[in-house]
Order: sequence, then C-alpha cells, then structure tokens
Amino acid sequence: MTSHTTARPILDVAGLNARIGGQQVVEDVSFTVPASGITALLGRNGVGKTSTIKALIGLIDRTGRVELDGQRIDKDPTWKLIRRGVGYVPEDREVFGKLTVAENLRLAERDAHPRRELVEQLFPDLVKRSGQMAGTLSGGQQQMVSLARALLNDNKVLLIDEPTKGLAPKIVQEVAEALEQAAATVPILLVEQNLQVVRRLAGDAVVLSGGRVVHTGNALDFLDDEDLTRRLLGVHADAEQEAQEAEAPVAAGATAVSSSVAASSTQAAAPAPAAADPARKGAGL
Amino acid sequence: MSTVILLLVTGLGLGALYFLVASGLSLIYGLMGVLNFAHGSFLTVGAFAGWEVARRTGADSWFSFLVSILIGAAVGALFAAFTELVLIRRLYERHIEQVLITVGLSLATVALFEGIWGTDPVFIDGPAWFSQTTNLLGAQIPNDRFISIIAAALVLLGMVLFLKRTRYGMIIRAGVENRSMVTALGIDVRKAFTLVFTIGGAAAGLGGVLASHYFGYVSPLLGGSLLIFAFIVTVIGGLGSLTGAAVASVAVALLQQFANFYLFGTGDFVVVIALALVLLFRPSGLLGRKS
Amino acid sequence: MTTSETDTQHPAPETGDAEAQAVSANDGGASSRPGDTSAADRGGRRGGAKALAKWGAGGAAVALLGLLPLLNLSLPGVLPGPTYTPGSLHLMAMCMLMAAAALSYHMLLGVAGLLSFGHALYFGAGVYGLAIILDNLDIPLLPAMGLTLLVVIVLAHVVGAVSLRVAGIPFAMVTLAFAEAGSVLVGRNPGGASGGEEGLALATDSLPDFLVGVVNTRNLYWLALVVLVLVFAIVTWVQYSRAGHVAAAVRENELRVRVIGLQPYLIKLLVFVVGGVLASLVGMVYLLLQSGAVPRSVSADFTITLLVMVVLGGVGSRWGAIVGGVFYTLLDQRLTSLANSDAIEGLPDFLRIPLSEPLFILGTLFILVVLFLPGGLTGAAGRLGRGRRARAGQTEKARAVLEDAA
Repeated sequence: MTSHTTARPILDVAGLNARIGGQQVVEDVSFTVPASGITALLGRNGVGKTSTIKALIGLIDRTGRVELDGQRIDKDPTWKLIRRGVGYVPEDREVFGKLTVAENLRLAERDAHPRRELVEQLFPDLVKRSGQMAGTLSGGQQQMVSLARALLNDNKVLLIDEPTKGLAPKIVQEVAEALEQAAATVPILLVEQNLQVVRRLAGDAVVLSGGRVVHTGNALDFLDDEDLTRRLLGVHADAEQEAQEAEAPVAAGATAVSSSVAASSTQAAAPAPAAADPARKGAGL
Repeated sequence: MSTVILLLVTGLGLGALYFLVASGLSLIYGLMGVLNFAHGSFLTVGAFAGWEVARRTGADSWFSFLVSILIGAAVGALFAAFTELVLIRRLYERHIEQVLITVGLSLATVALFEGIWGTDPVFIDGPAWFSQTTNLLGAQIPNDRFISIIAAALVLLGMVLFLKRTRYGMIIRAGVENRSMVTALGIDVRKAFTLVFTIGGAAAGLGGVLASHYFGYVSPLLGGSLLIFAFIVTVIGGLGSLTGAAVASVAVALLQQFANFYLFGTGDFVVVIALALVLLFRPSGLLGRKS
Repeated sequence: MTTSETDTQHPAPETGDAEAQAVSANDGGASSRPGDTSAADRGGRRGGAKALAKWGAGGAAVALLGLLPLLNLSLPGVLPGPTYTPGSLHLMAMCMLMAAAALSYHMLLGVAGLLSFGHALYFGAGVYGLAIILDNLDIPLLPAMGLTLLVVIVLAHVVGAVSLRVAGIPFAMVTLAFAEAGSVLVGRNPGGASGGEEGLALATDSLPDFLVGVVNTRNLYWLALVVLVLVFAIVTWVQYSRAGHVAAAVRENELRVRVIGLQPYLIKLLVFVVGGVLASLVGMVYLLLQSGAVPRSVSADFTITLLVMVVLGGVGSRWGAIVGGVFYTLLDQRLTSLANSDAIEGLPDFLRIPLSEPLFILGTLFILVVLFLPGGLTGAAGRLGRGRRARAGQTEKARAVLEDAA
C-alpha cells in the first residue's frame, strides 16, 4: 500500500495558500495523496490541518494548485468540485440538527444510484433512527451520519477531519473499522489526533507545522521516530508515557491525544518547530 | 366584548400583512445573512401592479381582484428574482455590501415610484363585499380583514409544505442551519438563494395588494412603513424562523391594536418596548436559534 | 499597550502588500498622526515630516474656508453665486454640517464596526431637543444646548445598552426600530411640542442677534466650520485613543479582545454614545442654520443618507466621510435644480421621470459605488494618484471594515 511512488496521485496539492481574516493559516503547502489507502495529515492543534482541508475544497479562499485525478479543481466553487468526486467529513460532524437522519442522508445523495445498502450495512443504527432529528443524536451517531453522507456517493477521494474527536473508546474502534472498510475502495486523506488510529490505518503521513508542510513520508516510520514526533506533534513529553505506549498501544492512543493538547497549551515552553515563524505561532486558530 | 373581537380580527388582519413581509425577510436572512431593505419595494411594486391591473379590468369585480393578486405576486417575485440575480449574487458572501445594495435599491425604487405614480396616496376600490362588514359575535368586522387573514394562512401553509416536502425546501432548511456544509455536500446553494428571494418577493407582492385594500390606498411609501414593523417582527420571532415570524406577526399586530385602543394610541411604542424586552431577555428571539 | 497586544495577533508583515494592509487596518485615516507612535512606527518610512506637512495643509485649508465669506470667488455649476452671498454660504455651511454628521456616523461604522440604522435619532434629538427647549423654556442658547446634550447622553446610553446586546444585522434592525419610534413620536406631535408633519419653527427670542436672519448667514457658516473642525478633532482623538484602538480590535475580532480581559460591550457603548452626542451637536447647528426642525431629520431616510455619504466617500476613512458628506450635499442640490429645469421637462417620460428624481440618481450611484468602487471616492482617487500607499489601501480597508460589521 505504501509503494505508490509510480502511480499517479489522486490528489496533488502544490503551493496552497489560505488566509482567514488577514492571517495566513495555510502557507505554501504541497503534498500528494496516493490513489489508494489512507494518508494521515498530522500536526499539533492549530497548525492548519483543518484549514488545509477547507482550503482544498474552497470553503476558505485559497490560492495554489490542486489537482484531483489529474484535473485542476482549485478554480471550482466548492459545490462543483465536490461533485467531481470529493467526499468531505468535517471536523465536529456538522450534521443538520433540525433535519432528520433520513433527510441528512438524502441531502447528500448526488449519484443516480447512491449506495444506500453499503451505508445501511456499515451503520445499522442509522436505519433505526432515520426519522429522528439529527441534532438529538449522540456524538458517535452524528459521526456515523457525517461519514454516511460521504460514503453514499462514489468518490475519488475522501477528506475526513478528526472523525474520532470526542468519542468514547468503543466508538473510536467502530469508526476506525468503518474507515478501514471504506479505504478498501477509495483513497482517504485523514486528519487524526488519535495516533493509535493513525498507526492502524495510515500508509503515508504529511506533517504540518505553522501552516507549512514540515515532513512527509511513511506514517509508521514517522511515528516510530521519537525525536521527530516529539518535535512536530508535541507528544512523548513524558518518557514514562512513552514506555506505557510501547506496552499498551490502545491506551497510549488516548494518552497521546491528551498530551498533545497539554503540549499545545504550553506551546511557548516547547522548542520552536524548525520551520515555524515565531510571529505566527500565537496566531493559530 | 364586541370591541375586543373587532380588535382581535383587525389585529389578525394586520398581523397577516406583517407575516407576508416578514416571512420572506426571515427566510432570506436565515439562508443568506442578508437584511433586505428592498423588501418594502417588492411590496410596493406588487401593490401598484395590482392596482394598475384592477383599474384596467374593472376594480369592483372579484375577477379583477383575483387577477390583481396574481399579478401583484408575480411582479413582486420577478422584481425580487431580478434583484438577487443581478445585484446580490455578484457580492456572494459579502453580507454588509449586499445590505448596502438593497438600501440603495430601496432609495432608488421609492424615488422612481414617486416619479411614476406621484407622492400622494392613490385611493383604491375593491369588490363591493370588501367595504361591507360581517357580524362576528356582535362585532362588525370589515370584510377585507378576512381576505388578508385567509391569504396569509394559505401562504404560511404553502411555505411549510414546500419547506417540509420538497428537495429545495430541504436545501433551504439545511442552508439556514449551515450554509457552507450544504455547498460541501455538492449542492449549488445559490439556486436556493434565488428561490427564497423569489418566494419572498411573491409573498411581499401579494401582501402589497392586500395591504392596499386593508388601508384603502397605495403609495410609494406603503412598503417602507410595513417593512419597519416586519423587521421588528423578524427580530422578535427569531431571525430565520418561519414559525417565529408567524407567531411574532400576530403577537406584534395584536399588541399594537390593543395598545392603540386602550393605551391612548401608543401601539408603536409598545411594540418597540416589546422589542427591547425580547432583546434584553432573549436576544435570539422567541424561536430563534442560539447564535 | 493595547496596540502592542493587537499587533502580536497580526502576522508579521512580509510582503509590501501585507504591510499596506496591516497599516490600513490599524491606521484609521489617511495620515499618521504625530505623537501616535504605533501608527508612525507602522507607517515606517512615511515619517513625521510628512505628517506635519499634512497637518499644516489641514490648518491652511481651514483658514481658507474661514476666509471664504470675506472673498468674492465664484464656482459656477457648484455654488449658486459668489462665496460671500448668503445662498452660497448656506449651501457651504450645509456641506460642512453634513460632513460633520457623516463623521459622527463614521465613528460607529468605521471605528467600531457598528452598522447602525438609527443614527438619525441622535441628530434629530439635537434638532428637536433644542427647538423644543427654546420654544418652551425661557433660557439662553448655551444652557439650552447643554440641556439638549444631557438628554441625548441619557437617550444614547439607554438605546445603546439595549441594542448592543445583539450585533451585526440584528443590531442594524434594532437601532432602526428605536429610531423609528422617535420618528413616530415626532410625527404624532405630542402636546403640540414637535409640530408634527409641519415641523417646528425656530424660536428666535432667546437667540443672540448675530445668529438670526439672512444677513448673518456667514456667522452660521463660521459656526458650521467650527463644528466640523471640532467633530473632526474629537473623532480623531477617540479613534487614536486607547478606547479607539480597542474598538478597532473589537471590530476585527471581538473574542480576542474578550480573551485579553477587556469589555467589548462597554467600549462599543462608549463609541455609540460619543457618536450620538456628536450627531446631536451637529443637529443643533443644523437647526440654527435651517431656522426650523423638520421630521425628515429624525427619519430612517436621514440615517440612510448618512450611510450613503460614508460609503460614497469611502468606509473607514475620516476624509472619506467628509468628502462623501460634501459630495452628496452638492449633488443633491444640483440634481434638485436639474429636476426642475426646462431641459428635463422636454424629455420623453422614460428619461424625464428617473432624471427628475434626485434620490433615484443618488440611489443608483450608490449601488454602482458599492458594486464597482468599494473604496468609495477616496479609494478611487487613491488609485488614480498612484504610489500613495495609504490611499491605495483604502479599498481593502473599506472591504475589511464592512466585513467586520457583519
């Protein structure tokens, strides 16, 4: 899955820049997403992962070059490029709370023959709750709706932003399974803080810091490099946690998330990332 | 007792007019974030179109009244669609500039109406039945009140069915909640923008014809004076909420009528005070979403 | 102190473009002010000498304006007669008052990002407050003006305190509703105090003689000039004060200001009240100049007129407000006389009707400016006079201010 170098990437991003309210949140970002498997987009909180995803699909104004399967999509408005075969699962689900589950799904159907069976098989819970207002679902169920909206259509690539954020460990496993199944048929660009999930799913990793790409390569190699992960993700702050992580991988996933949050809130004390501009550091979103 | 009934029905009739303006305003604001100052002009142009039709087809027949209603709504809808497509659309997502455009349009069109139809009110006639009264529980109710109430109820019903039962209705409801997510599902939400403008324009145009019968005249300032109360109604009801607009329309109009009668003509102030109270205790309006 | 806090939130300027933007976002006007170190720092190479020259030029312009009533200059097509004649002085005084009123509106929109649709309430409170007090109480002009100001301060606090509970478009609607209540009150003519639709003539008994009568128009002209300079000075002072910087920061990002522990609500209320008080001051002089109060001065139409002036001139710039106020007043006057001219009378209907409605032309012009000249007249002038970066940034600034107001 990682020997992709010869095949054409499904997504080719070159020199992507984006600003929000005068602040540069994505700066000259370039990377590729191979035509199969899961590519993880990593980095501390506030380095511009979500902004990068949003800039890719034009939800925030951007400049630069984005090719989907060899065709430029960076001049298209969001709705048009989505129809070219991009499935988007936003951070925080963004289901329509005052619409029913069924309506949320119907709204997302773009193809003549949406894959309802697949979705029903992946998320049987949603069938039972199809008449319920999406706003009254639990966080995990809302994530299912959000994933289902993307999986209903035949996509060339999925952009999935922190699907396990704030979910109970058991649900995290369910989401990871669904992602694994989906990845068998469609390439995925995944933003994920839970490193355990990244280890399990990702082939490649793209690491951001201060709005720039600071590392690309094999995901496992990257996660195994303590030095690099400490510097770029702010994890491994505590040597003992590292030891635990090696012994109990599942628990370590959760630890990694919490320690990365802690690290980002004390960013000033952490060593400055190599490429980050000190002036921009406080300006993270 | 008969006074109370009269005030109730008259208030409902006025509330119906408020609703016909406020429903479009609220939908447009909810979906697009645009406060439409030109909405009063949609109403006025509908009223004048209706009047022109009525006087050409014999103002006192039911047929001419029905035609004038249809033409009024159609002209309002066309004007509104034109506004969205030609002026609003090119300033996509620049909300304040869009508001400024509608302000300029309102200035220009009211002046134009004054140039065409003059500044003085034009007094109008409808079918003879309108000027008669119906006895309801001892109160003599002018019949035109009933027409407004029935029309507004039908418009409300139609809008609710449209929003609940059609795909575009679903897109509009979803867009009111989260516009960018709708586009991120591959839907061109701008079509929905044109649609809410058209629907809002039609309701306002219809409201214009009915308002001219309710007040007995048409004038270039008719829309502007109703628009202010429609603004108050949409804030009290909760911006973006159709049900809120309906409830607040009736509440504001009744409050106004009763205060005018029992509190020495202070209806307008009581309404503004009600607005202040709602803002103090429930800034998002009666049925508005929490921002 | 505040400035440095907001600065850290800005990305360090790297390209010339970014710097121009950073400058324009914080530097409220076209000039950097001596003594305002932060603006001067950011302006960098523009330097203090140039700023001094600007202030010198401003002083000279004011002196020239002050001399106009004593000179015999003609501006055919703009002024009805030589500059010393009452007709021309009246028009020029009106231009200056409208410029001052537009400046007071700029306080709200340009400095604090508050899109108010109720500013006429305070202007009208000045007009009617003073007219009613002079009509009913037997007190001299200055105490009457003081009393009016007191009323306006209370009024602006009450309305501001309620309206500022919401922001953006809802704020616009709520201020409109309050102003409309004021407008309705004036129209109702309670106790015969406001004169209803007819308006209220100025009671001249307690006025000093030098302000009464056509022969004294030039005194009123000078008074208008004083008011304009005063309003300009106060707006400049507030804009560059600590409160002004916080207000600008609130406009750009309210949350950020809240995070650093300041009270956006109180700052906005302060700006709102000062803007209202300035508007009422202008309104009082307007009353003296017009010798009477008319309902239009408290109407929503008048607020919209102020908004049109500010946008025409260029949002976010003090000079824009002044240019807009003067331009609008002159154009309105010219268009009105054009509407009544024989040349228009002879045209076919489809041309005659639109051209004989000044507001139709002004409204259309306004739409065109919003669509095609987002920086207003000052922005367009800046683009023509290439190389002046502060002006070139006007278009971006106007856009940014409008975006912040949403």
